[in-house]
Amino acid sequence: MPTSPPVALSDRSLRRDEVVAALRAVLPVDALLASPEELTPYECDGLSALRQVPLAVALPHTEDQVAAVLRCCRRLAVPVVARGAGTGLSGGALPHGDGIVLSLARLNGILALDPEAGTACVQPGVRNLAISEAAAPFGLYYAPDPSSQIACTIGGNVAENSGGVHCLKYGLTLHNVLAVRGYTMDGEEIICGGAAPEGPGLDLFPVVIGSEGLLLVIVEITVRLLPRPASARVVMASFDDVGRACDSVTAIIAAGIIPAGLEMMDRGATAAVEPFCRAGYDLTAAAILLIESDGTPIEVEDEIQRVSAIVRGAGAIAVAVSGSEAERLRFWSGRKNAFPAAGRISPDYYCMDGTIPRKHLARVLDEIRGLEQRYGLRCINVFHAGDGNLHPLILFDANAPGEWDRAEQFGTDILELCVALGGTITGEHGVGAEKIGSMCSQFTDGERAAFAAVKAAFDPAGLLNPAKLIPTLHRCAEYGRQRVHAGQLPFPELERF
Amino acid sequence: MSAPADAALSQLREQVLAAVASGTPLCIRGGGTKDFLGEARVGEVLDLRGVAGVVDYDPSELVITARAGTPLALIEALLAERGQHLAFEPPSFGADSTIGGVVAAGLAGPRRGSVGGVRDFVLGAHLLAVNGEVLRFGGRVMKNVAGFDLSRLFCGSLGVLGPLVELSLKVLPMPAVECTLEFELSAAAAVVAFNRWSRLPLPLSATSWFDGRARVRLSGVAPALEAACVSLGGRVLSGDESRCWWDDLRHYRLAFHANRAPLWRLSLPATAAPLALSGTGLIEWAGALRWLRTDEEPARVRAVVAAAGGSAACWYAPAGQPMFDVLPPAALALQRRLKAAFDPQALFSRGRLVVGL
Ligand SMILES: Cc1cc2nc3c(=O)[nH]c(=O)nc-3n(C[C@H](O)[C@H](O)[C@H](O)COP(=O)(O)OP(=O)(O)OC[C@H]3O[C@@H](n4cnc5c(N)ncnc54)[C@H](O)[C@@H]3O)c2cc1C
Repeated sequence: MPTSPPVALSDRSLRRDEVVAALRAVLPVDALLASPEELTPYECDGLSALRQVPLAVALPHTEDQVAAVLRCCRRLAVPVVARGAGTGLSGGALPHGDGIVLSLARLNGILALDPEAGTACVQPGVRNLAISEAAAPFGLYYAPDPSSQIACTIGGNVAENSGGVHCLKYGLTLHNVLAVRGYTMDGEEIICGGAAPEGPGLDLFPVVIGSEGLLLVIVEITVRLLPRPASARVVMASFDDVGRACDSVTAIIAAGIIPAGLEMMDRGATAAVEPFCRAGYDLTAAAILLIESDGTPIEVEDEIQRVSAIVRGAGAIAVAVSGSEAERLRFWSGRKNAFPAAGRISPDYYCMDGTIPRKHLARVLDEIRGLEQRYGLRCINVFHAGDGNLHPLILFDANAPGEWDRAEQFGTDILELCVALGGTITGEHGVGAEKIGSMCSQFTDGERAAFAAVKAAFDPAGLLNPAKLIPTLHRCAEYGRQRVHAGQLPFPELERF
Repeated sequence: MSAPADAALSQLREQVLAAVASGTPLCIRGGGTKDFLGEARVGEVLDLRGVAGVVDYDPSELVITARAGTPLALIEALLAERGQHLAFEPPSFGADSTIGGVVAAGLAGPRRGSVGGVRDFVLGAHLLAVNGEVLRFGGRVMKNVAGFDLSRLFCGSLGVLGPLVELSLKVLPMPAVECTLEFELSAAAAVVAFNRWSRLPLPLSATSWFDGRARVRLSGVAPALEAACVSLGGRVLSGDESRCWWDDLRHYRLAFHANRAPLWRLSLPATAAPLALSGTGLIEWAGALRWLRTDEEPARVRAVVAAAGGSAACWYAPAGQPMFDVLPPAALALQRRLKAAFDPQALFSRGRLVVGL
């Protein structure tokens, strides 16, 4: 591997001084952070295992300042990493050592809310939940609800195409955003989508949604608001066998029901959350399902009846239906707090995000139990079963020598398994810096070259969030070598999909 | 893959490689039912019909995977057997319509206003690249954010990025019951009412206005529909009348469509005020799709629609008039770079999607 000579510290500080001076010229004093203590909070996102201190952090107040920062960085060939709230779980907002972080947190205005059209036009730094709060007086809400919704920004949601517990019925960010406006690295304004459903030419909108900050810096988003359902209730079904819980998931969908939410937690997960959420989960159950119905009271009643019959038929040992809004929220409380709960029972946890065809759920959960043995680490499961989107939480201790490495290998094996079963390495958290190696197993050289070519069409200089999402050929060769060396090509019995 | 489809794919690959070697433009074609769509077609025909067949359909996964040349009618029949459907209700312009053509054309029907368009249901696509390789983007699962979402970029591309050879689409259960309510309303009042009702938790699945009559389709479970009928009022159409209307509207089979006098398809923000253009109209998608039969100057139609935040497609064009609006130079430049990323010699469907691409 050709190694570049180590950059002398003084070179880096010279470069930093140059970049900071140039940015000072286009930003007010309070919009630029450059001292070590100010930079520390930006050295990682929600994936704290990966850290890097940037040269500086720009915190513009206005869109013009965003464009000016981009032009300045383009001129000096400085990498730019956009950042929302930094809750991302794949290192998407991980800084570049020779670049700056461009925080959109201060662009946090709701610019317009049109209750008649059912739309809101917002800046990227607006928090996900703030949109629904602003829409509530009109009986409307923004449907995608990632568990991080109190903190994460709509800009980050668009960049990741985030989901939530309700996307089975209401879709992902992609399905709930109408238009996006942003700037390329060259400072050129681009508008994708619109309030009108069709426009001339190629539809760039789906490429920009989920582009992880590699194509545009997004400065304005028009979202679709939905009428808040008149009522919602949740069925909590307990099973003494994980396989039967998985079969219920398939049976519900096969019966033509698309619940508003269809989530599963295994015993490890319920045991972790129950002590501090007191959600009322059956701790003797091998797995529980939470199945939400929403709509008019009549629709909800009808669906609850049918769902209850199906889960009973599939062998549920207990079925409870929320009788009040308070009870519904209590049933959900454990699910919504699962990640923090994992943080309580273990010093660290590593959250995976693969998606598989639903029919393989039981199989994958079974394989994960085998991997727990192999790596000597525990893994608890809480996930979007209706979408086949897994969130295995691998528990480890970063201070114990070798544990992070094992957790990472464990996670990579799970992703390999998802790919082998016809699924994907990420359902909603993105590739970022974290899963760049796994991209080598999901995509061929030709496919990855197409991603790189699309990136180059938007960002010829390759300065927007470089080294994320798309691995180089070299990186993939390395990844292949590592996996083979460790003798860890898992699941050789499965034909590559 | 089945043997005939394999053979057809190899043949297609050879034709593409030969065209690349000789610099011959190619015109990608499925059943040819949408030859009228887009700007002039140029190049040697690249016929996708042989690359046909359903690859995978498991109703409980809510996904169907089929090769691009599979007839739409076959797919819809297969889904209907299991009580499912393509919820975006693509129009079929004849029995030869293929699923690849449906995705490449990107046209959706009456349900577009409530469930979304073609793009919202595409999960994966395979593209035959200029070097003969088949590139696979997206997949067969509901949620997938690995890499750029290129499978959806192909929706409505009319082939400018190359031939699609396989598609995976999300399917949904058919609604248990449907019914249609009719109201005597002006066009302007209908658009206001459609938008008001769309903001309420009602099981609305389609809206239309034509000739003084506003129609609203409700879909769902029977008790919910009964309740919605009571709260909305209006005249309830008979089952046959209801089905015929939405079918004819979906497949462009009304007398209004058959008339070949200049006709415009206008895409607008649903709540846009009535346009200052003369002519007769047909409204769908709560006002977001407005058909207009008019003798107004094309340039004026386009300008008025653009000022209202929309775009205009000249469906039955006076000679020499491009179908779609032209792109501003900066947007066109980016789209050209994007096309070049897949098709550096600009061989595929040259100029068909938009002038200059
Ligand atoms: C406890 C917890 C629960 C979570 N639950 C879910 C869940 O249920 N579903 C889910 O999908 N995710 C979930 N996440 C992940 C995360 O919250 C989402 O990915 C979220 O969308 C990130 O938003 P952010 O504002 O924090 O973005 P950041 O982490 O700051 O950035 C994410 C990516 O977006 C880019 N970006 C940010 N803003 C812009 C912009 N304006 N323009 C261009 N690029 C930009 C960044 O460069 C980066 O690549 C969870 C995270 C945590 C910590």
